Amino acid sequence: MSVMRDRQNPFTISTTAQALLTLLPGGIWMLALLVAPLGLILVYSFAQRGAYGSIIYAFTLENYLYFMDPLYLKILGRSFKLSIVTTIICLLISYPFALWLVKRCPRSRPIFLLLIVIPFWTNFLIRTYAWIILLRTEGIINNALIKLGLISQPLSLLYNQEAVLLGLVYGFLPFMILPIYASLEKLDWRLIEAAYDLGSKPWQAFVKVILPLTMPGITAGCLLVLVPSLGMFIIPDLMGGAKTALIGNLIQNQFMAARNWQFGSAASIILTVLVFFGLAIYWRVAKWAKQEVL
Amino acid sequence: MESRNAFASHCCALMVYLFLYAPILVLILYSFNDAKYSAAWEGFTLKWYSSLLADRGVLAATKNSLIIAFVSTACATAIGTLTAIGLYKYTFRYKRLLEGILYLPIIIPEIIMAVSMLALFMFAGISLGLKTVIIAHITFSIPFVVVVVKARLYGLDASLEEAAQDLGANEWETFKRITFPLIRPGVIAGALLAFTLSLDDFIITFFTAGVGSTTLPVRIYSMIKLGISPMINAISTILLVSVVGLVLAVQKLEGSKLKINYKGG
Amino acid sequence: MNVRLRRVLLVGIVVLFVAAAGLGCAKDKPKDQASSAPAPQAPVLAKTLNVYNWSDYLPEDIIREFEQEFGVKVNYDTYASNEELLAKLQMGASGYDLVFPSDYMVEIMVQLNLLEPLNHNNIPNAKHLDPNFLNLPFDQGNKYSLPYLWGTTGLAVNTAKVAEEITSWEELWNPKYKGKIALLNDSRETLGLVLKTLGYSLNTTNQEELQNAKKKLHSLLPSIKAFDSENMKNMMVSGEVWLAHAYVGDVMMAAEENEDLVYVLPKEGGVIWADNLAIPKGAPHKYTAEVFINFLLRPEISARIAEEILYGTPNAAAKELIDPEIAGNPAIYPPEEILAKCEWLQDVGEATKLYDRIWTEVKGY
Repeated sequence: MSVMRDRQNPFTISTTAQALLTLLPGGIWMLALLVAPLGLILVYSFAQRGAYGSIIYAFTLENYLYFMDPLYLKILGRSFKLSIVTTIICLLISYPFALWLVKRCPRSRPIFLLLIVIPFWTNFLIRTYAWIILLRTEGIINNALIKLGLISQPLSLLYNQEAVLLGLVYGFLPFMILPIYASLEKLDWRLIEAAYDLGSKPWQAFVKVILPLTMPGITAGCLLVLVPSLGMFIIPDLMGGAKTALIGNLIQNQFMAARNWQFGSAASIILTVLVFFGLAIYWRVAKWAKQEVL
Repeated sequence: MESRNAFASHCCALMVYLFLYAPILVLILYSFNDAKYSAAWEGFTLKWYSSLLADRGVLAATKNSLIIAFVSTACATAIGTLTAIGLYKYTFRYKRLLEGILYLPIIIPEIIMAVSMLALFMFAGISLGLKTVIIAHITFSIPFVVVVVKARLYGLDASLEEAAQDLGANEWETFKRITFPLIRPGVIAGALLAFTLSLDDFIITFFTAGVGSTTLPVRIYSMIKLGISPMINAISTILLVSVVGLVLAVQKLEGSKLKINYKGG
Repeated sequence: MNVRLRRVLLVGIVVLFVAAAGLGCAKDKPKDQASSAPAPQAPVLAKTLNVYNWSDYLPEDIIREFEQEFGVKVNYDTYASNEELLAKLQMGASGYDLVFPSDYMVEIMVQLNLLEPLNHNNIPNAKHLDPNFLNLPFDQGNKYSLPYLWGTTGLAVNTAKVAEEITSWEELWNPKYKGKIALLNDSRETLGLVLKTLGYSLNTTNQEELQNAKKKLHSLLPSIKAFDSENMKNMMVSGEVWLAHAYVGDVMMAAEENEDLVYVLPKEGGVIWADNLAIPKGAPHKYTAEVFINFLLRPEISARIAEEILYGTPNAAAKELIDPEIAGNPAIYPPEEILAKCEWLQDVGEATKLYDRIWTEVKGY
């Protein structure tokens, strides 16, 4: 079969057809199963609430206006702060680890990678309870430290903000490690050698060569940690003693005990829009800085 | 200097693994603890393992969890990889919009996804069951696969593909022999992520499951009110050990194949 | 077109078709389930029964007995909170025949038209129920529900760490117990106990009373170790907290592992609650569900349930059959005087938003 081939598109089917082939399955799936039902959430956010929590399909802005209140805005701010700190800590732990992982011999790399993920195939609740057993006042860690004579009074390791941070970092670590590793793994180490040959120190090589080339992995990891951690409510409840309200708890509560799906939907839309704004800004800035973006 | 750096690096890795496995070891240990609520060690027992055999609810839930995880991971990885490639290679007018839509499940709180998926199934008259859970799991897994595979794709040397085409390979061959092997670590990483997400999902599964399609997380979560029996520790341990065993077995089998493939290093 | 490419496209299309076919096959039930045509006149036992209950709330052997006696297979799923149950039922036909909502939730579900009226002709054993537990404010005339188990919410006290006798909710504010108390993570229950200490009703919708309660609860915040509705048992047994706001059943179970724990119902009274048997709208096997309810209400069966689950049984005939040690336990069956001070939680309607706001304010300082 003789076929026209040109420099731009050397394939036998047109570029459009190729694009459709790869994007159609995912696109259709998401449009049908995600966008459509989310439209319902949008509708809920503009609906009124009956006395018992039923949905009255009459347009109102009250749910959104109700959110514009120092109480809820403070909760939103606190949640963002916590998520950002979680992301930074995850990054600081994951990057050196990924660097170590990438230097293992190719045969053992999959095993080490798997070892990262395996703990998360146990149940999330049980893992959290295990942490509680470790951290509580008469828990394993405190008992060990006291037995070793390092402390005389048990440390308060649980039911506070620090414990929540620990729980979040623990829960999201693989989400940061995997993309960074995937990005690092394909790095051409000859570039690093070249940098050394040209006289740069290891630190410079890292900052000027490795870091920029692994940016996509880093941003992927940050996205996968920062954003879902905003909606988290179980860890703040279990490990933080449910003493602080975060946006995840707030939204969860609206769909449960408060029976106010309308307000819950509005809060979620606000959260989603904010995140999209953040993403859009990031895309603009990255484009301006000529960085490869996700 | 080299060895000092290497030592520090090994230490870092070891600490990460210790951190990740600390609660797991506790979990396994307590599956042998002869106490239901107490955190203190009350004695070694195997009773939780034996009571597992009697509890058909937990066993059924575990089976469901595994089926859902495998099926949804397979589909999500396939669709997600394709989509990632498409997004990487082609630009078109509303590309950012499509990407935004794709990232939605990562952004929106889980309960929103759960409620909206349930609304969709109700609206379409689809009865709730295992398949609705699988569909929901695929939906939230796809974006995670896309993100991970894309991270891998970026910086992929385009000249490799061009070279293949110059040498006469068509698009399928190029994909099979050049592109896919290069992105394979990313695809595997994405699949692992999807599998993990599916196995452990609670909220979305809770809302989209029908009668008799309870999964392990849903079953466990419902036990919170009256206390989670260490039986759950037992089943988690069993699951863990079996999966690790399975993986090691596969590695052993692949080992002989790997020796040949990695000659080039 | 290239052969390989055609193969890829074919595989892709097949996959999509299989998926679509799968979805299509799923549409086996007609859309309109909620308002189904009236059931056939001669009631016939179905082959299966779908029960949705709290975890560990119905002994397995009783389910087996029912299955054997009536030849019905029981599908048993569990949930952890009334709100989860509501959310599931609210979206439409869930496929369940029998659910166990708590008192206030029955009221809400009735208002939202989510329950089927019970056909009492099929439930003659309801005559064994104690009249004190019938005709309650949340379901006058028991049109939609019958009580299953009841209890109170009070304080769990670790007598090894707490020397004094605890008789009042006010003890929670005692600085001696700072950092050693836990409260339920439930806005109604927790605000309720604070309202009780101020002498108000725990169903109040009065703004001023609620604001006072908020301030009082807020003052307690630094002393609270945690808000937790589920892990109280672990915290008490391990000695992490000495006083805990708890449901009586939880305390009974924790006491089995740590004998120092006792249950105290404070003199101001607390919440009295009941979990009820109800049938969701559109239940596919309504008659079978009613037969099952009747089976559960048999005195011997109710007695066995009460002995194993250690909550109070509203079945007067069953109470006679229970082990006297359990029947005489003042924790499970409190004396009349204190019971009189207890209140049933009622839905506060419009004020729900206010309660939620106050709860958020307490936690969102």
